[in-house]
Amino acid sequence: MIIYVPCDSASLAVGADEVALAVQAEADRRGLAIELRRNSSRGLFWLEPLVEVVTPAGRIAFGPVAVEDVASLFDADWSSSHPLHLGRPEDMPFLQKQERLTFARMGITRPLSLADYEAFEGFAGLRKALQVSPAEVVQQVLDSGLRGRGGAAFPAGIKWKTVAAVQATNNQAAQKYIVCNADEGDSGTYSDRMTMEGDPFMLIEGMAIAAVATGATQGYVYIRSEYPHAVATMRRAIELATAAGFLGDKLLGSAHSFHLHVRMAAGSYVCGEETAMLESLEGKRGIVRAKPPLPALSGLFGKPTVINNVITLASVPIILARGAAFYRNYGVGRSHGTLPIQLAGNIKHGGLVEKAFGVTLRELMFDFGGGSASGRPIKAVQVGGPLGAYVPESQWDIPLDYEAYAAVGAVVGHGGIVVHDDRANMARLARYAMEFCAIESCGKCTPCRIGSTRGVEVIDRIRDGENRPQQVALLRDLCDTMVHGSLCAMGGMTPFPVLSALNHYPQDFGLPV
Amino acid sequence: MTPDNTFEAVATAVAAHQHLPGALMPMLHAVQDAVGYIPADAVPTIAKALNLSTAEVHGVVTYYHHFRSAPAGRQVVQICRAESCQSMGGEQLWAHACVRLGLHGDHPGTTPDGAVTLEPVYCLGLCASSPAMVVDDKLHARMNIQKFDRLVAQAGSAA
Ligand SMILES: Cc1cc2nc3c(=O)[nH]c(=O)nc-3n(C[C@H](O)[C@H](O)[C@H](O)COP(=O)(O)O)c2cc1C
Ligand code: SF4
Ligand code: FES
Repeated sequence: MIIYVPCDSASLAVGADEVALAVQAEADRRGLAIELRRNSSRGLFWLEPLVEVVTPAGRIAFGPVAVEDVASLFDADWSSSHPLHLGRPEDMPFLQKQERLTFARMGITRPLSLADYEAFEGFAGLRKALQVSPAEVVQQVLDSGLRGRGGAAFPAGIKWKTVAAVQATNNQAAQKYIVCNADEGDSGTYSDRMTMEGDPFMLIEGMAIAAVATGATQGYVYIRSEYPHAVATMRRAIELATAAGFLGDKLLGSAHSFHLHVRMAAGSYVCGEETAMLESLEGKRGIVRAKPPLPALSGLFGKPTVINNVITLASVPIILARGAAFYRNYGVGRSHGTLPIQLAGNIKHGGLVEKAFGVTLRELMFDFGGGSASGRPIKAVQVGGPLGAYVPESQWDIPLDYEAYAAVGAVVGHGGIVVHDDRANMARLARYAMEFCAIESCGKCTPCRIGSTRGVEVIDRIRDGENRPQQVALLRDLCDTMVHGSLCAMGGMTPFPVLSALNHYPQDFGLPV
Repeated sequence: MTPDNTFEAVATAVAAHQHLPGALMPMLHAVQDAVGYIPADAVPTIAKALNLSTAEVHGVVTYYHHFRSAPAGRQVVQICRAESCQSMGGEQLWAHACVRLGLHGDHPGTTPDGAVTLEPVYCLGLCASSPAMVVDDKLHARMNIQKFDRLVAQAGSAA
């Protein structure tokens, strides 16, 4: 009998290791031979630990399984008579309605099994990339319409093309780098973490393809220190991939070499900003660099550098394997492909939903998420991380699309969705946004460094009812200065959550509706 | 750790990472992993090895929230205070922890008996199972006050 117990952080945090031990112990006690496998998580986190058992009818899921449930699961012979029986995962509506391209293997395979990875289309993209010219690889990525998933939504192919075009005419340009931004500092986001912990070879493959396309021979994955499991899994996966010839000298016997390294960050949100990340990788304080020069031309150690988010790079293997058109045909408008959307906060069914662009918040929160966890009305949803706007109910039917969101002053960002019920105080959350900016500001420019601290004070005065109309005018003015005067999006976007809270929920600031 | 052991641990961490491009961050991580913090007298050693000024190294150590300049308590408790956890009672959890440990919410630090260090963190990537926290490198999600008391009492460090 084969039994799967996930090893994703979110499963471990609710006792998956203890459940795995209990399953093995119970089997031993009964003299049953089982094979315990640690898979990644399917991303249905309200059901974790989600245990699966292999039957002639396929894998059958049970969850959420606590240590106390294990004996009774064996008693019931892992049949549908057990109250935690969920049936086949792929028949569950939460998964059935998804369009999983990058997350297709998630929960199914064992993260560090090269055999599992290859059995599910793994390395097909890299093999394709090695059969065509580097320029053709770049063209495929361009044609796919893939835009950066880290926040700014810049076309990945254009970035790659710029780096590829730098000729090694002198020693200056000879070295090129691929840097993966795995800082994922946004509250409500975890798809990068899931990818690194659950399907690390997919990221490695994407980075190797980027290296082949651009002529880079060294790569770094910059992972936040809050993700120790992701760091450990990536390090091990790189060793395994190198030993198997997917990394290192002469990739799969080709002329390309690519060496990949993991670097751990140290708890600074702004180090997710690409130039601050480069500074950090170089061993300095993570302070934002002015652009130009673009990192594509002068990036890590002054050399041409591709910087992409985990999901951007992880989307590349399937584009190469199945062709640009296959990927491009998902989505709406200029937002092509799929986005791993992360449902979080006060939501009944929190978890990962991969869907083509065009899905609405209402579908996500109610059809997938099942409404609030508390059962109370949903009041506000923050989309796109701590620098994203609070989206009120009147905007819940807008299709998820970079341009459509921008048109209402919101952002898609990294696809994190944090739900708040009617007990949320929006003035308090606005204050928190300013406070977070004050804590995390790199300090390079005044609007952000000083403005965030002043912002906290002004919101406090508004909440205390001191000269409210003047203070509100002052807050708007301050936000305007931050938007227009900040060097990076930390100061430039903190006004998004603040102003959206003020505009859509004035009553929470003591203002007339 | 004795001063001799500490000196040795720092020297080992320095030697093991000196050759890396952009060696400072990996070196500081190695020192902190071995010693538990970055001792003040390790700073000149690190600076010398990397041909940096001590001010530069000090600047990096103090810039990043993850690096400590002093030892932590016997148990380190990190509670997530970011939005998703807030929406599920993370702030009440934080307030409870402060009261229980007798620490001030704005600058918590370590309990006077050296038992527990309480720190905020801003997202552990467990946001679908909020609120979340870490006790000595072990993750805990779907937290509540009862669970907190159990975890902190378990380690025998109740204030
Ligand atoms: C304050 C700040 C934090 C950021 N944090 C991240 C992050 O955690 N992960 C990420 O991929 N991009 C982050 N970005 C965006 C990066 O600067 C950059 O646009 C991105 O890594 C490029 O990759 P992409 O084109 O694949 O999206 C952040 C930007 C800012 C201004
Ligand atoms: S906006 Fe803030 S974080 Fe960005 S460069 Fe200016 S001070 Fe640094
Ligand atoms: S916001 Fe607390 S774990 Fe993400």
